[in-house]
Amino acid sequence: MSLTIGVLAIQGDVHENITSTKTALKELGVEGTVVGVKTAEDISKLDGLIIPGGESTTIGQLSLVNSSLKIIKEKIERGIPVLGICAGMIMLSKTANDRVVGKTDQPLLDLLDIKLERNSFGRQKESFEADISMNSINIPKFNGVFIRAPSVSDVGSGVEVLAKFNEKIVAVKKGNIIGVAFHPELTEDVSLHKYFVNLIKKLKN
Amino acid sequence: MLPLSGERTDAKGIIKDKSDSGNILRGTSTLKRGFAHMLKNGVVMDVTTVEQAQIAEDAGAVSVMVLDKLPSDVRKAGGVARTASIRIIEDIMDSVTIPVMAKCRIGHVYEAKVLEETNVDMIDESEVLTPADENHHIWKWDFTTPFVNGARSLSEALRRIEEGAAMIRTKGEPGTGNVAEAITHIKKVNDELRSIKAIYDSGDNQDLVRMAREFKVSYDIVEETAKLGRLPVVNFAAGGIATPADAAYLMSLGCDGIFVGSGIFNANDAKERARAIVLATTFWNESEKVKEAQKMIDERQSMLGLDVKTLELRMQERGSSA
Repeated sequence: MSLTIGVLAIQGDVHENITSTKTALKELGVEGTVVGVKTAEDISKLDGLIIPGGESTTIGQLSLVNSSLKIIKEKIERGIPVLGICAGMIMLSKTANDRVVGKTDQPLLDLLDIKLERNSFGRQKESFEADISMNSINIPKFNGVFIRAPSVSDVGSGVEVLAKFNEKIVAVKKGNIIGVAFHPELTEDVSLHKYFVNLIKKLKN
Repeated sequence: MLPLSGERTDAKGIIKDKSDSGNILRGTSTLKRGFAHMLKNGVVMDVTTVEQAQIAEDAGAVSVMVLDKLPSDVRKAGGVARTASIRIIEDIMDSVTIPVMAKCRIGHVYEAKVLEETNVDMIDESEVLTPADENHHIWKWDFTTPFVNGARSLSEALRRIEEGAAMIRTKGEPGTGNVAEAITHIKKVNDELRSIKAIYDSGDNQDLVRMAREFKVSYDIVEETAKLGRLPVVNFAAGGIATPADAAYLMSLGCDGIFVGSGIFNANDAKERARAIVLATTFWNESEKVKEAQKMIDERQSMLGLDVKTLELRMQERGSSA
């Protein structure tokens, strides 16, 4: 059995996520392929999907162009695991507010019932690295790279909080949907990608 | 995982801070270079007003670059080109959610400090503005805000990275609507990368040190770059891009993304063109989609453009020998 894991390749740090996922597969000894995906056809073949970091307004608008947004939503609703990173977590959310500009009318997937604030920690100069813990998924220490990161101010029912930083929620999980505000693909530590691969593997078995 | 070749972990721009949830680091190479990685496969658009910034955001731009005048208007106006009005930069920062960049003059440390205090997301130390110091670029490691610099060769790119640039763009010839120079510069960088990679693969360290001396950079950064076979930071195309086909072609040459200067807001169909250039950048390897994007614009509305051979002012030469 071989897994097919896709990284949405519209805009953002696609390649970095492909590399981290490949490393995770190798370290786990799990067979699988990791591909950048753009079209509805590519996405329909996947066992798991990563929506990478980038600009959420750009990724959202451009996924509308080739109707990949619709097929992603259908796939996730049918249960394939998805990992949304930074812009990817914004894409998964119901509504997004910007800290300065306020409510945005950007296209979103509306899959995670979370109240999300974009650019929550400030602009680039305030971007930071800090250790966080995700104890409930057995990752007690992880170097969080937060780049113009969003945060979650409130979660709906059934959404589990995986991590907080300075009282702000920075990682959430609901079923097979994971959203994180930081960038695991920019560090050497692939433990979150490994956790995600295992989630996909468990479901496929 | 990011390439961190040439990084300085003792840089003044790195801030150590404490918070309720533990220690925090700001201004590290991972954060600065990582920011540029988030822009990949995107288009950064030059803007001079809030209205233009909103058009750019609506078109799907990943960031806007604020200038006082578009590069082609800088050419027409002559005189000294300086950083944009802080009030306009702040108004734009308050009106769009995407990152906001601004340009400072080459070597002008205090224009850069002013932009850092303004809290722009990235500073472009740019040849479009009149250089303040032809012999010294800014020592960018002193800043927490990341910088992007122009380069027309591998040696220039590596010199800028050693000074702390977190991102590189080709210089092209700004404000001309003529993509020829950007194409020349990216091909030159690619050729030079191929040749140092070949030297690295052959194991000839003596030849690599010869290259380092020729490039006027350290041996370490040449070796690490040669091993990677690409620049250790994100590399965008810039200078003279005016159409969707221009953008798609540069993406096909291995650029990580696109800067568009005068090409959009000096055209008469800015809104459609902005959108079309974004589409062509995203879907550059699907010719059918690039054609659709190209069809959204009207060549009769393109900026007229200039022949690079007859230019009196070649902006690309500014600061290139340092």
